[in-house]
Amino acid sequence: MEADARAENENGLVLELNEVAMRFGGVAAIDGLTMAVPPKKVVGLIGPNGAGKTTVFNVVTGFYQPTAGSVAFEGRPLSGLTPQAICALGIARTFQNIRLFAQGTVLDNVMVGCHVRRRCQWWMAPLCLPRFFREEKEIRLKSYRLLERLGLAPLAGEIASSLPYGAQRRLEIARALATDPSFLLLDEPAAGMNPQESADLMRFIEEIRREFDLTILMIEHDMKVVMGVCAHIWVLQYGRLIAEGDPDQIRGNPEVISAYLGGGPKAEA
Amino acid sequence: MTGPLKHNAVRNSLSTLAFLVAGYLALSWAEANFDGYQTQLLNLVAINAILAVSLNFIYGFSGMFSLGHAGFMAIGAYVSALCILPPAQKELLWLLEPIYGPLAALETPFVVSVLLGGLAAAATSLLIALPVMRLGGDYLGIATLGFAEIIRVLFTNLAYLTNGAIGLRGIPSYAGIWWNYGWLAVTLFVVLSMLKSNFGNVLKSIRDDEIAAGAMGINTSGYRTMAFCLGGFFAGVGGALMGSLVTTIEPKMFNFQLTFNILLIVVAGGLGSITGSVVGAAAITLLLEWLRIVEAPLTLNFALAADDPQLCAAALAVCLASGVFWLRKWRRGARRPAAALAGRLIRGLTLALALTALALALTLALALALAFLGLEMFPDFTLDVPGIPGMRMVIFSVALMCIILFRREGLLGVREFSWDGFYDRLGRLARRLGSGGR
Ligand SMILES: Nc1ncnc2c1ncn2[C@@H]1O[C@H](COP(=O)(O)OP(=O)(O)OP(=O)(O)O)[C@@H](O)[C@H]1O
Ligand SMILES: [Mg+2]
Repeated sequence: MEADARAENENGLVLELNEVAMRFGGVAAIDGLTMAVPPKKVVGLIGPNGAGKTTVFNVVTGFYQPTAGSVAFEGRPLSGLTPQAICALGIARTFQNIRLFAQGTVLDNVMVGCHVRRRCQWWMAPLCLPRFFREEKEIRLKSYRLLERLGLAPLAGEIASSLPYGAQRRLEIARALATDPSFLLLDEPAAGMNPQESADLMRFIEEIRREFDLTILMIEHDMKVVMGVCAHIWVLQYGRLIAEGDPDQIRGNPEVISAYLGGGPKAEA
Repeated sequence: MTGPLKHNAVRNSLSTLAFLVAGYLALSWAEANFDGYQTQLLNLVAINAILAVSLNFIYGFSGMFSLGHAGFMAIGAYVSALCILPPAQKELLWLLEPIYGPLAALETPFVVSVLLGGLAAAATSLLIALPVMRLGGDYLGIATLGFAEIIRVLFTNLAYLTNGAIGLRGIPSYAGIWWNYGWLAVTLFVVLSMLKSNFGNVLKSIRDDEIAAGAMGINTSGYRTMAFCLGGFFAGVGGALMGSLVTTIEPKMFNFQLTFNILLIVVAGGLGSITGSVVGAAAITLLLEWLRIVEAPLTLNFALAADDPQLCAAALAVCLASGVFWLRKWRRGARRPAAALAGRLIRGLTLALALTALALALTLALALALAFLGLEMFPDFTLDVPGIPGMRMVIFSVALMCIILFRREGLLGVREFSWDGFYDRLGRLARRLGSGGR
């Protein structure tokens, strides 16, 4: 059955949301959202404050079970799966309010990300199996290589919470990459950065997409930032999709303009 | 230079080997030269270290506030005792109610009994982990505390298994220095090999941020259950050794006090430091013993005290040191803006304590100086302090409060002993001595 689903998926949609709704009591954070994410591109999910963007991530990564509708990853339905099972399938994410393992070192944080791909079990640790030590060494090396790639290697031994803000954001991306994802979700990676920094970050995101052969779905608040990198953009407002298309289509869309102008206080700063 | 892979692996392994040999020699020496009381204390240190490490694994590293250690210990102690009590002794013990048939003839070697004790405790922790793991923080503490009490009541009432409130007497005392320190070595090896590997990072990540750990593909409840059971296993092992060490067990023995002592060791040594737990176990076991003095009646007399230079010096040093310590604490606190009433209150109290300690030190010094000159400052002054049962625990509770108020990270915080750090420090010390000599 799974093979069927994968064969059917040859057209290659990474993520499909079908009429997904997420209600919290009376609040509909997402309302009938349908999305089809194409592979191997950087794509964006934008919208004013409280539009439901983070909720979409939480639904996709299994933190919330949608109240209605279905989510499929590479043709495979995700309903009922736990966040860890979804991560094992190849979806990794970062958080809007950075969630590092604050007491661990930078290297420790990335090594935790490697855990999901390891083959040895915990009880092998005291048995001193060569296989176990080899895998430990591999994890350590792989984490260090990732840190080198993201320019964090000199900070490998520092406590994660002592890093400057921008480095913490990059560390979160490194940790997510350590899980060997094929699909990466970034929740406002450029939040709190100045225009120059966020432009650098966008270039960097495009680079890692190519290098790790990923599909990246990125939430961004600021419309201008995403226009440069995203091949396709979905615009949410009050949990509803109000527009989708390539940057030019979005830029010219009157509904998007009015949403952003009349939207929340942070809109189009 | 600071690559990802460990350096000095050979040096460090050799150092560990040397340490083990030194430990072996020291223990052999102790075995030959210590009297019964000292040997008992040495054994208690090892068992308390096992218990503290197991609690630290659950609480300090995996972030589960567990107050059920006495329960796990009880299970380990009873299961092991039932396995090693000779059948003849069992016949004598179970008077009120006959012992459950198959147990009457059971007799196993000591290792097997300890292992079974640990496994029984681990199985029980698995059983309570299933419903309880979903609770976090304080709730888990309350639930595990309840569990320990239930075990105590069960053991009092299941007389055909446990001989009820009378308890078990005449348990063979196999648990000598070698068994206890051997099991301590096993405990440390298993726990450290877990914590040093990436599984240690995984456990700590669940402790630090369960949601992020879940998003990284970690089976958070699975690993928590595993940590809880492994901690329970070693608590059971500690209980089994304890039973064979004291040779008499009864349900009353496994009360909250026992859990509290271990918690004290873990918090004082440093939550999240295995080194701290071992050092804390040694320090607090010895202090708990030594503080028995305060529960015995005491007569204080300066003239008498002056005859005992050791006691004088000790008293003086303690007063002076605490005075200086409190004053420094107070000064450091004074630099921060006074935030709340509580802060000011604590600071005032601390200052009062500091001044009292300093005044005591000065008075003592003066009295002693006069006594040496043949004069007595308070000729008829003797202070009779009646023995106060439970005073030790008052002192320890106050100590625990002080730790939480002034040094929440405990003795060592989350730092661990490592050979790299050791040689680093040694090198620096040598360099300083070398440059100082010139
Ligand atoms: N767990 C929850 N319980 C109740 N309401 C929630 C929950 N999570 C989100 N919401 C509500 O759903 C709506 C959408 O929230 P969401 O965090 O997805 O917005 P967002 O688009 O990410 O906004 P921002 O740009 O501020 O990050 C908000 O009104 C929020 O209050
Ligand atoms: Mg958000």
